[in-house]
Amino acid sequence: MSRNLPVLVAALLFAAGYGLCATQYPAFLTTRVVGNLLTDGAFLGIVAVGTTFVIIAGGIDLSVGSVVGFTTVFLALAIGRWGMPPLAAFGIVLAAAGLFGAAMGALIHVFDMPPFIVTLAGMFLARGAGFLLSTESVPINAALYGAVSDLSLSLPGGGRLTLTAGIMLAVFLAGGVVLRATRFGATVYALGGSRQTTALMGVRVGRNIVAIYALSSLLAALAGIVFSLDTASGTPLSAVGVELDAIAAVVIGGTLLSGGQGGLLGTVLGVMIGGLIQTAITFDGTLSSWWTKIATGLLLFAFIALQRGSVVLAGRSGRRVRTARPIVQPAVART
Amino acid sequence: MRARRAGAPQLLAFLAVLLADRLVAPQFLSVHLQDGRLFGSLIDVFNRGAPVALLSLGMVLVVATGGIDLSVGAVMAIAGAVAASLADSQPLPVVLGAALATGLLCGLWNGLLVAVLRIQPIVATLILMVAGRGIAQLLTEGRIVTFASPDLAFLGGGAFVGVPMPVVLVLGMLVLTLALVRGTALGLMIEATGGNARASALAGIDTRAVTLAVYAWSGLCAALAGVVAAADILGADANNAGLWLELDAILAVVVAGSSLLGGRFSLWLAVLGAFLIQAMNTGILLSGLPPELNLVVKAAVVLAVLLLQSPRLAGLSLLLRSPR
Repeated sequence: MSRNLPVLVAALLFAAGYGLCATQYPAFLTTRVVGNLLTDGAFLGIVAVGTTFVIIAGGIDLSVGSVVGFTTVFLALAIGRWGMPPLAAFGIVLAAAGLFGAAMGALIHVFDMPPFIVTLAGMFLARGAGFLLSTESVPINAALYGAVSDLSLSLPGGGRLTLTAGIMLAVFLAGGVVLRATRFGATVYALGGSRQTTALMGVRVGRNIVAIYALSSLLAALAGIVFSLDTASGTPLSAVGVELDAIAAVVIGGTLLSGGQGGLLGTVLGVMIGGLIQTAITFDGTLSSWWTKIATGLLLFAFIALQRGSVVLAGRSGRRVRTARPIVQPAVART
Repeated sequence: MRARRAGAPQLLAFLAVLLADRLVAPQFLSVHLQDGRLFGSLIDVFNRGAPVALLSLGMVLVVATGGIDLSVGAVMAIAGAVAASLADSQPLPVVLGAALATGLLCGLWNGLLVAVLRIQPIVATLILMVAGRGIAQLLTEGRIVTFASPDLAFLGGGAFVGVPMPVVLVLGMLVLTLALVRGTALGLMIEATGGNARASALAGIDTRAVTLAVYAWSGLCAALAGVVAAADILGADANNAGLWLELDAILAVVVAGSSLLGGRFSLWLAVLGAFLIQAMNTGILLSGLPPELNLVVKAAVVLAVLLLQSPRLAGLSLLLRSPR
């Protein structure tokens, strides 16, 4: 029960928040607002799926925002300037991002480096690479982009379920299936519980860690594709700080930052709560944008305190956990 | 790679970067005195590197306890906002006191979350990193607050015996911090806490107080860095003051050879690391290469230092023994 408590609280909070907004602004009850909430959250949602995997496995990935930025600028140049067909460009950037994530995972595993600092270097690298491609915003005028922006499913009541929102929902569903119903998913949870035990059980830890970080970067690149479809342009400055928004959404969704516990349902709620705050502040019109940051910070604190509380209640208070410290101390480090 | 014994690699790297800068810009090492203040690219490296150097003084202690402080950039913005909004109506001691007290308060909040509530440092300080910039914007009401007070401006643009004030402040804080942690047993306790918190607690160290203290110190250092940054531009920009500087401060600590897992640290190497980063920045700017290259170079430096630190690389035989 205590495991599901944070998700339950997040769900209640979302419902209560939505209800409160609906009493203030009746427009909240239209499918138009629902559709917009999904569309606006689409790109963060896709990133957050990858972040959920990484955090459940006991790691952290700070490079995702930069990967999104690199993706948008690469797509803009490849499609707009070099005349590459959009689908080919998508394929190339997804493959490149997968390799990039795999390389970070390999560094983390083989050299036993803290994920925090490796992905920090990855963040610098991807952002720098994006800036080296172009320092300005590049528009994309491909036919596919125009077609995609018109593509949407009409909801009753005037709302639209856009393709990007559809992609996010599909990613969440697929991610949920992988996490709950495959061997890889079970390994992700096991790694977050204890890397050492997982290794002793005969799981090949290395290839799984590489796969997890590759997945995170791959999803970040997918989010970048969605971002560029939405904005029909690319700039290396896009998605700055998104990694932190994603981590916040994952935490609010009840995933334990020390790993081993959590799920994607909570992450969906986390992303939606963030979107709700943003929408409510937009509807209000008098509150300034910085209240979003303060509200997010307060929520983050409340949910982390809740996590601590539930962990202490679960009787595990004696164990101090830190992500920066590798659970497996290599033998040579002890000598 | 013992930080206390070593320092030679970092010093050599610093000199090598300065030499490289001298090669791309022949006038790099020329320093001249004008209006009672030293000028020149070399002085500029120290002057521009001062905020990160101040941050790294606090960060290195936090990292030594096995923690990390992501909020320093946001704390800079808050302290800068406080200082700038008070500068024209209050005397300098009040302005400085208020800004530093704000930073101390922010640091204590972080310390409380980490030491008392036992939240992981990355997450605990993430809260203030997200909310802090919002608080700074709240203080400045979203505008860039400017001031005309010559007293506060002196901290950014003034000079003491020819040395720019930011550099003087860095040296002052370095000496003060050294006296506090190396002049007493505090440094040993910090290292012990980072090495093994439970063993240290059993040995009678109040690890909770030590943890609280290092985060408070980090907040204080960040506030001073924020004041310097605000004094430098005669205003407080809540959006951009100290943006991403937490990463530079962490980088400086990594370059200093402090283990990110805690347990050992060197204050002067952290400051040297901050100046080393700035020297690279300046070099790239002077050479006419795209300034964006900076990020890539930083990434390469982080990876190189980490690879050197990696226990796996120490025994190459372990690489051959296939990792599970």
